[in-house]
Amino acid sequence: MALIATSRHEVGARSFPPLVYILAPLLALGLQSFLSLHFTSFDVIDLPLLITIYYGISMREPISATLVGAIIGIAQDALTHHPLGIFGISKAIVGYLAASLGVRIDTENHGSRLLLTFIFTLAQTGILWLLERRMLGQPFAWHWVHELIRAAANALLGVILFSLLDRTRREP
Amino acid sequence: MESFFSRYRNVLVLITVLLAQVIGLAVQVRAPGQGPGDKGGVRLIRSWVVGLVTPPERLFRWTGHSIRGVWSDYIDLIHVRQQNRNLQTQLGQLRLEEDSLAEDARQGLRLQALLGFQEKYIYKTRAAQVIGTSGTEQSHVLFIDKGSDDGLRPDMPVITPDGIVGKTRDVFAHASQVLEISDPTSGAGVILANTRIRGVLRGNSWGQPQIVNVSPDERIKPGEPVITSGGDGIFPRGLAVGTVDKVVPDPEGTLVNVLIKPAANLSRLEEVLVITSTGPQLPSQMQDDLSQAEQKTADILAERLPSRTDPNAPAPASGSAANQTVTPATPDTGLPTEPPPPPPPQHPDRFSMGATPPAVDLVPGQQITSNSAARQTGGTTPNVAKPRASEDHHEGGATTSGSGASDSGSPQTAKPAPGQQGTARPHPANPGTKTSATPKSVPNPTPQGDN
Repeated sequence: MALIATSRHEVGARSFPPLVYILAPLLALGLQSFLSLHFTSFDVIDLPLLITIYYGISMREPISATLVGAIIGIAQDALTHHPLGIFGISKAIVGYLAASLGVRIDTENHGSRLLLTFIFTLAQTGILWLLERRMLGQPFAWHWVHELIRAAANALLGVILFSLLDRTRREP
Repeated sequence: MESFFSRYRNVLVLITVLLAQVIGLAVQVRAPGQGPGDKGGVRLIRSWVVGLVTPPERLFRWTGHSIRGVWSDYIDLIHVRQQNRNLQTQLGQLRLEEDSLAEDARQGLRLQALLGFQEKYIYKTRAAQVIGTSGTEQSHVLFIDKGSDDGLRPDMPVITPDGIVGKTRDVFAHASQVLEISDPTSGAGVILANTRIRGVLRGNSWGQPQIVNVSPDERIKPGEPVITSGGDGIFPRGLAVGTVDKVVPDPEGTLVNVLIKPAANLSRLEEVLVITSTGPQLPSQMQDDLSQAEQKTADILAERLPSRTDPNAPAPASGSAANQTVTPATPDTGLPTEPPPPPPPQHPDRFSMGATPPAVDLVPGQQITSNSAARQTGGTTPNVAKPRASEDHHEGGATTSGSGASDSGSPQTAKPAPGQQGTARPHPANPGTKTSATPKSVPNPTPQGDN
């Protein structure tokens, strides 16, 4: 029960300077695109997803997190050749779930952040698989070992990134 | 009712957002054959995002290039001289190869013209820097720093000197999206260079290019080169694609898929070339290069090989062979021309060409001196009109000297041997020697059934 907060007000929702709301997703998209060019294995990292999760668990507003996730996802779709909405749908769901859990779980803990990021990464891949394979009929490879490694890598990087982003938020 | 919306407000917003995107997906997914690219609002959104994301990528790239440029252009110049020498050597070898290939290229053009085949040649390319990727495993696309303002359009081939990379998909004002050949939704017509098996190249789910739905063939071996076939209407024919990695069975049928190791390093791309213009004829620059190479080849051949003369050409005005001009071959007649006679020796002896009398005039056992030979043959007159037919038959029995040849070598028997052309071929380079002049078992050179 150590992870469970008694109420939302006990922990308090976080807010960020407006510039962070704009710059962080843009920087995440740009770095994701640029670093994947020079480091092929960087493909397993999903910086926009980490930003979506962080906003969700920090803001604790499901509606805002859903919209932020949808916008980040659509922007990520725009950089691919897929139809817009694949990542938009998946990140909207992830944002909603992260915000909903952020209300009930103490997300200031590194352990809970690690676990949540691991689960949300797997959840996003599952949603992508459903959308691409079942809805659009596109080939989509699913290999458990690869997906687990991918989720672990994102979770580890997420803990570091979330700590950095914590420094940008406003004090209540 | 109000309490329902307020109670389930979050879920309703989520459903609304998801529903809107699903509808948007359904609108965007088009029927096959409708062509690449987006229209309307989707293209606008992509353009905005690319416009927001690519400037920082250009900045990152420029910074990295500057740092690397300072290092590589001013500091890391070790072995540059040796490398330059190696490149000069390589350049010379490539020029020689170009000379040898020039005539083949000409011949290929003539044959294609005869067949009515419309080959596409690269007229113009545009160099571009790779500034980013999609950043996801599911989409193998690149972003380059050239767009419609630089003359790029969708579906233009993108290559490197090593091999093909992909084709342009969405082209914006200052950037373009390139769909790599490793993407499952890509497609390129290719042909296996050795076995001449054609197929369609596209990426598998792991991002490795493969030729799909190929009939099983044991001749397909790893390492076989793969080139573009030109059948897709995008890539010109003959560009390097890669080599065969391995053959795997198609999970959905009895056919096989041929995995390809791409020639271009798709994971380490920095600069690419976009083919902006192709045409049915060789570009003017290449035509000039071919003409020069052909001229150089002709000069080299003229220096190294004996010239040929036309037997029907009029005799030179003076009797001196040194003043004879070499008449070029006349390809219009289609007949082989007679080679020119060798220059006369200043001090003829029995080894000089034309100094030995013909074999038919020799007597077995007779000593031949250079003077007598010269007297018999008239000195410097080369023997160019004797048929080779008798000489060919002499070769079989030339080791035995003695009798039995005097009546077989009459000039009347100098008819073409079976299998030869109807006209006797002169052989000035072999004017007759002492050994060949004493045949013993000379068969009757008159061909059987030659009537």
